[in-house]
Amino acid sequence: MSQKIKDATIPTIPLGARIQRWIGRNLIRIYAIFAFTYLFIPVAYTFAFSFNDSGKSNLIWKGFTFGNWQNPCGAPEVCSALGNSIKIGFLATFFSTILGTMIAFAIGRHKFKGRSTSNLLIFLPMATPEIVMGASLLSLFLVFKINPGFWPTVIAHIVFCISFVVVTVKARIASLDPRLEQAAMDLYANEFETFRRVTLPLVAPGIAGAALLAFSLSFDDFIITNFNSGTLTTFPKFIYVSAARGIPAQANVIGSAMFFLALTIVIVGQLVNRRKVR
Amino acid sequence: MGKIRTPYLLLLPGFGFLFTFFILPIINLAQTSTQTRVAGGDTGEYEQTLRFANYLDAFVENKEQFGRSFLFATIATVLALAIAYPLAYAIAFKAGKYKNLLLVLVVAPFFTSFLLRTIAWKQILGEEGFVVPTLRSLGIISESTTLTSTSFAVVMGMTYNFLPFMTLPLYASIDRIDPRTLEASGDLYANGLTTFRRVTLPLSMPGVVAGTLLTFIPAAGDYVNAAILGNPNTKMLGNVIESRYFKIVDYPTAAALSFTLMAAILILVTLYIRKAGTEELV
Repeated sequence: MSQKIKDATIPTIPLGARIQRWIGRNLIRIYAIFAFTYLFIPVAYTFAFSFNDSGKSNLIWKGFTFGNWQNPCGAPEVCSALGNSIKIGFLATFFSTILGTMIAFAIGRHKFKGRSTSNLLIFLPMATPEIVMGASLLSLFLVFKINPGFWPTVIAHIVFCISFVVVTVKARIASLDPRLEQAAMDLYANEFETFRRVTLPLVAPGIAGAALLAFSLSFDDFIITNFNSGTLTTFPKFIYVSAARGIPAQANVIGSAMFFLALTIVIVGQLVNRRKVR
Repeated sequence: MGKIRTPYLLLLPGFGFLFTFFILPIINLAQTSTQTRVAGGDTGEYEQTLRFANYLDAFVENKEQFGRSFLFATIATVLALAIAYPLAYAIAFKAGKYKNLLLVLVVAPFFTSFLLRTIAWKQILGEEGFVVPTLRSLGIISESTTLTSTSFAVVMGMTYNFLPFMTLPLYASIDRIDPRTLEASGDLYANGLTTFRRVTLPLSMPGVVAGTLLTFIPAAGDYVNAAILGNPNTKMLGNVIESRYFKIVDYPTAAALSFTLMAAILILVTLYIRKAGTEELV
């Protein structure tokens, strides 16, 4: 039906307008391709230079090698920095996901006095520039004579991850059909059972997404980490510090490996989701 | 009775944590900002004298970096919006079954450390990269023009780094637009531009507001792009705060600057939300 109407209207549009419309329609695709190119140029560069037979400073292309990939820990400190980042990332993800999910259920599922204040408290950390958050936390640690290092960094990461977890999980809770839970209650499930067998499985993808987001935020954070980590080196800090004298190609290997790993996780996750929906 | 308590019990651990490690530090920072150096004391020894003139001194001393932070952040936000809006529109309306894949690709660069990508830009645009020699041989830039260590590079780096923050909320709100509303607009003889201005844009306004905030706020406080891609004359407020903390150990000035930055951002954000809210959202 609609096809017929379209066919019937085409001849009435002047040719010039049609060409213009065609360009208009495809312009946005061309534009999108350019935007993606812009996004991926540095990623491609990082990947390409992970194969550079560079020696100490990975600035100029000197020749192709698999050596860096075979020995990713070859550069001093790079793997201990990576290890610290992964440890901090897991701890920050674990705690911020639990705390954030609880807050998300409270705000998303309950009406209570102080709900809008709670929303504000969740928004504030996101509206605070990282440098202010990092600097203020460091001042607090200094007042209590706590030396910056591993745990202060974990705490700092939990602080900025919580809000993002809350927002992500809350969105998932808001999209749930309340009738599913009502149905469970109608089938004589008590509140706890309903939560465990219906609500939680339905919210789980949101929680998983929030955890992935928290981990990537934590793993990639530099500014807040720089303030609170003291002498501890994380992967971003390692890159920043070694930038002055040239970054070893091993850092490119790790960066590229993280990229492909994360991409695989996300795509597999999507496929699993799609299969479940079917 | 239990039901009334449930939300508070759920909130307690998280908010306790946020109170201790977010609110308290901010209060503490406020106290630090009015301190002065102990006469004859060690470096880094300060006492509370409620000297509010710290704010004025800090601002006057650094007004150049202050202005630059907001100028660069504004330009980067506008550029990011100009790049991200058509991109988000294309993903929402033109991508068909590749929608999810493209969305993943927008976020994907995130996973390569943002520092690695920023340094990659430095090398791509640097003297040893391929861009500068190409542009020189084409005569587009002169022999003495460089691309790194310039304001251009800093703004470009900021635009790049915050692009996904802009694209995702834009996509979320454009994707929610019912394509039939756009068809209806066309049926009522609106041309493409009018449809965009009167239908698409107003409907996607929540995404525009969220995206600009998520880009502008971190951009205004950023110092990494300026440190890697800029030169001493492109320093932003973040660079000053960082060096006050670590190199000069001047906590009160750093605290005063942090507060001024946050206050300025909050004022701008409030004005912006109000303006976007009254003119576009309603």
